[in-house]
Amino acid sequence: MTFYGKGLPKINVSSLTGKLIVIEGADGSGRSTQIQLLTNWLEGHGFATVNVGLKRSNLVSAELEEAMQGNVLSPITLSLFYATDFVDQLENNIVPALRAGFIVLADRYIYTLMARDIVRDGDREWLKSLYSLALVPDAVFYLEVSPRFLVERNFQKNVSLDYWESGMDVRSSRDIFDNFIRYQRKMRAEFKRMQEHYKFEVVNGNRSPMAIARELQAKVEKLLSNSNFA
Amino acid sequence: MAEIKRHNSPGRLVAVEGLDGSGKSTQVYLLKRYLELEGYKVFFTEWNSSLLVKNATKKGKKAQLLTPTTFSLIHCTDFADRYERQIWPLLCAGYIVLADRYFFTAFARDVARGCDPEWVQTMYSFATLPDITFFFKVPLETAISRILEGRPALKYHEAGMDLGLSSDPYESFRIFQGMIDRGYDEMAQKFGFTIIDASQPVDKQQQFVRQIVAKSIDLPAYKWRVRRKV
Repeated sequence: MTFYGKGLPKINVSSLTGKLIVIEGADGSGRSTQIQLLTNWLEGHGFATVNVGLKRSNLVSAELEEAMQGNVLSPITLSLFYATDFVDQLENNIVPALRAGFIVLADRYIYTLMARDIVRDGDREWLKSLYSLALVPDAVFYLEVSPRFLVERNFQKNVSLDYWESGMDVRSSRDIFDNFIRYQRKMRAEFKRMQEHYKFEVVNGNRSPMAIARELQAKVEKLLSNSNFA
Repeated sequence: MAEIKRHNSPGRLVAVEGLDGSGKSTQVYLLKRYLELEGYKVFFTEWNSSLLVKNATKKGKKAQLLTPTTFSLIHCTDFADRYERQIWPLLCAGYIVLADRYFFTAFARDVARGCDPEWVQTMYSFATLPDITFFFKVPLETAISRILEGRPALKYHEAGMDLGLSSDPYESFRIFQGMIDRGYDEMAQKFGFTIIDASQPVDKQQQFVRQIVAKSIDLPAYKWRVRRKV
């Protein structure tokens, strides 16, 4: 494995024998369902897996959650808080699991963090440097779902739209529905822009969960056999 | 590496840097008293003091959850919170902002802990260079004995115990402070520090500090223009 930049101090990447697979996509794109299905499938085939995601670090997740409730963080502070959460998990969960030969399934990765910041006028070069610590995943699957479809899924789940996922902190409309659509379009455009540079595999998420799962399994199977993974 | 720029806001930023025990906090306090008593708009901020980030930092330090990278990130988060909510808006409002430690502290400490210098500097590049940076230069042994006199036990991170330099906290502290001291020396010219001989009597140092401030800042422009409630 390699890092995007100079990476974490004192980590020998050649000892990381596991695989890092990232699933990216908006809220309601079916990421967690797919991760669940992929976990079952991998474990069924005898592969040890670990699931990671954003805002799950021991270090700052509680504080981050609290701060999000009050919308009291300025943009750079929020960005750095998320980066702290990410790196804490990278060092304490992802790297040890990869060293132990696990398959790490990441529910979102640095791309969501960067895209969120960029649609809020964040500085691309600054973000790139900040996240140059991250490991380059073995595969990134981006579940692409149309904003209209996302709305339906979100309503199905919560009967309301999430404040942050609707970009209400950077609102361009007083109407949360309008804002949700606009914000998700901007996010999708940013993901499209990152797609080539970060080598995302785009997966059509406007299909049934099983159809998507079959596609992901085929891709993961190929990835594991290509690398003669035990 | 992202270049750190100097602001063009109407305010002025004065930072003090130096080893623990260099007496810089006393000096910046006296400078603050002088400016306040003379009726200037002044604001004081110190390292590692954002309420928002405090809990996470405290928890991380206590449980020794922090690695060099998360240590660096969490301090930058703290700094960003103070910078975005106080330092920058106050500079825009034409204040003289006094900072007891600024990003140079992070440059020296984080690099001593093994973080990549370019990564650290780019991370802090959202913040402006100070107009004046006072560096209180004191012989290493003096600083160390000042700290050790007043304190029966050293804190874990303060002693740099996380670096595994020595199992003896006092020895570790000596080595760590020496590394930071060298870091400051390397930055002194690059960032144009104003060096103060911190082995001089307190009042002599303060005289010098006030002279430099009066010479480099057009103080009358920073007088309160509205009548204040006393």
